[in-house]
Amino acid sequence: MSATTVKLKIDNVEVEVPEGTTILKAARDNGIEIPTLCALEGLTNYGGCRLCLVEVKGAPKLFPACTTPVSAGMEVITNSEQLREYRKMTIQLLLSERTHVCSVCVANDHCELQSLANKLGVDHSIFERNWTRKEIDSSHDFLVIDRNRCILCTRCIRVCDEIEGVHTLDLKQRGRKAEVIMDLDEDWANSCSCTSCRKCAKVCPVGAIYVEGEPITRTKNKDVAEFILTRRKRK
Amino acid sequence: MGEGKNMNKEIEIHPVTRIEGHAKVTIHLNKDDTVKEARFHVLDFRGFEKFSEGRPYYEMPGITSRSCGICPVSHLLASAKACDAIVGVKPPRTAILLRRLMHMGQLIQSHALSFFHLSAPDLLLGMDAAPETRNIFGLIEQKPELAIQGVKLRKFGQEIIEKVAGKRIHSYDWIIPGGAKWPLSKQNADYIRSHLPEALDIAQKTLKMFKSCLSSFEDEVENFGNFPSYYLGLVTPKGGLEHYDGKIRIVDAEGKIVADQLDPDAYQEYIGEAVEPWSYMKFPYYKPLGYPEGIYRVGPLARLNIASHCGTPLADEELKDFKKLGKNGVVQSTFHYHYARLIELLFCLETIKELLEDPAILSERVSSKASVNNEQGIGVAEAPRGTLIHHYKVDAQGRIVWVNMIIATAHNNLAFNKAVTQVAKRYVKAKQLQEGMLNRVEAVIRAFDPCLSCATHAVGQMPLHVQLIDSEGRIVDQKAR
Repeated sequence: MSATTVKLKIDNVEVEVPEGTTILKAARDNGIEIPTLCALEGLTNYGGCRLCLVEVKGAPKLFPACTTPVSAGMEVITNSEQLREYRKMTIQLLLSERTHVCSVCVANDHCELQSLANKLGVDHSIFERNWTRKEIDSSHDFLVIDRNRCILCTRCIRVCDEIEGVHTLDLKQRGRKAEVIMDLDEDWANSCSCTSCRKCAKVCPVGAIYVEGEPITRTKNKDVAEFILTRRKRK
Repeated sequence: MGEGKNMNKEIEIHPVTRIEGHAKVTIHLNKDDTVKEARFHVLDFRGFEKFSEGRPYYEMPGITSRSCGICPVSHLLASAKACDAIVGVKPPRTAILLRRLMHMGQLIQSHALSFFHLSAPDLLLGMDAAPETRNIFGLIEQKPELAIQGVKLRKFGQEIIEKVAGKRIHSYDWIIPGGAKWPLSKQNADYIRSHLPEALDIAQKTLKMFKSCLSSFEDEVENFGNFPSYYLGLVTPKGGLEHYDGKIRIVDAEGKIVADQLDPDAYQEYIGEAVEPWSYMKFPYYKPLGYPEGIYRVGPLARLNIASHCGTPLADEELKDFKKLGKNGVVQSTFHYHYARLIELLFCLETIKELLEDPAILSERVSSKASVNNEQGIGVAEAPRGTLIHHYKVDAQGRIVWVNMIIATAHNNLAFNKAVTQVAKRYVKAKQLQEGMLNRVEAVIRAFDPCLSCATHAVGQMPLHVQLIDSEGRIVDQKAR
């Protein structure tokens, strides 16, 4: 626990947080919500989705709130007209990059991308859609990956590496060609490191990784995670 | 259009209104302006069979049910049955009862929509009534009690689907390969039970009313697609009316059973599919007779023609009367699809009562679990409009590699063309073209109740555009509403 704290303003509200805290955490701890799709408490942030970009007074560029630490006297704006427009555009880019069809998706009504799009008022996309046709890997007994729905948030990769500790999942290629792979790009069934722990499915914000036949509400049941956290703190 | 060298004029009805989907009719004239033939063109191109490739098999009920907003349940069922076959399990009895219950709801809402919303304006306001009022709104104005009853009956059908499967349309969450996701609650069963008497009353009254006004449609009965054909559909092992399971029976125009208890899984052995360049809808035919001689009809009329009994008391009584209209119990006039639909409504409501009386309906055991075990699966169900076939092939991981769907409406494609030609020849006089003449051409299509896509919005609001085009391609005359 850091002894020193810093004072800053977020959306004109004066807040005091421990030194080294990220803008995202500082905001959340003070009841200010910043949208994000890749950040997940408990995992290392990597600033991939660019939805949490915020303005800092006096700085000419935008900063990702999840990876930028606070500093004393900082004045952060989390919700300006310009930021709202950028966020809407980011969602549209995500939607246009691959094949997102909510009506037949396992995550329908329980999808972070979908609910964020609704929340930000994205009712259409100004970008032409790619309609990718990437092959689905359903070789695993119960875990399925549909890379057409993947938004490359890498939560699955980080949870596999940092929490489960096996690092079965990783990325290949770059940019929009990037794909989540198992081991050295094997079919999931052939991965010798995968422990079938399902954590990747639990943290997937969309319907890209899921447990076949299991209701998405059960896969993503947060109560279990809460329970584990409480148990860990009691040790 | 350039349909043929000796064709010199053509009348186009585009779009055809008060049907589900988008279609047009072209009427081809001889040099002396008499009708040579008429064609029914389906203009939707959907591509479901293609874009489903690569998807996991268990997504198919959700994907294919999106092909229609009127009969999504039929697709859900045919698709789920195909998936049952892929995983190779038999769903628990309760799941089958619930699927049947949901299907009955679907048949009720679809038949009510067809009769009250789409066809009743023609039947009760008159074929020649002004097109501005010849629609559901005109019906509400002129026959409010009847229109309200129609809306109520359709609502009841939709409610059954909702009570069983959670949603009125596209309830793909509930149905899964091997059964269903959740059981029926007692509260929902009670709700359906409590609303049954009113629905049954409406169905009986409507049927009585329809029978009483049949005499005023003698000319239509005679000329609305009144021709011999084969009839195809599912029947129970004893030859009774069936909508969910059963085997295929084919009956000829004389009432002779041509084939019985055919395995639906072997449909490719007896059903062929032909293609014509002028329509997006395929032309299925009965293989032993070849194309286009192998014309057969499906749907309510066909089901009553092939079934020896319904299996419920009120419907059985009505079936006896119905069968008297034809030779050896086979009714040929397409106009009587309406009649058959109303008898089926009665049957569905009685069946719901029976299903709810079965104690197993409330059992909590509703799904059998399994994964991909077979490389293909075929699912067949009787949709409101006829026999619906889903056929999928999957790879070892359960990813779809090939799909064939024969939609109920498509079976009737050959019959549509024969029927529109007959009606056009009887009613259309090209020299004094009148709207009512063309409406009869549309009305015969409505009698079949084709479901060309998911156009739930078709309520007679779309414009009818008719053009008379001479051999040089010039528009001689046109009418628009």
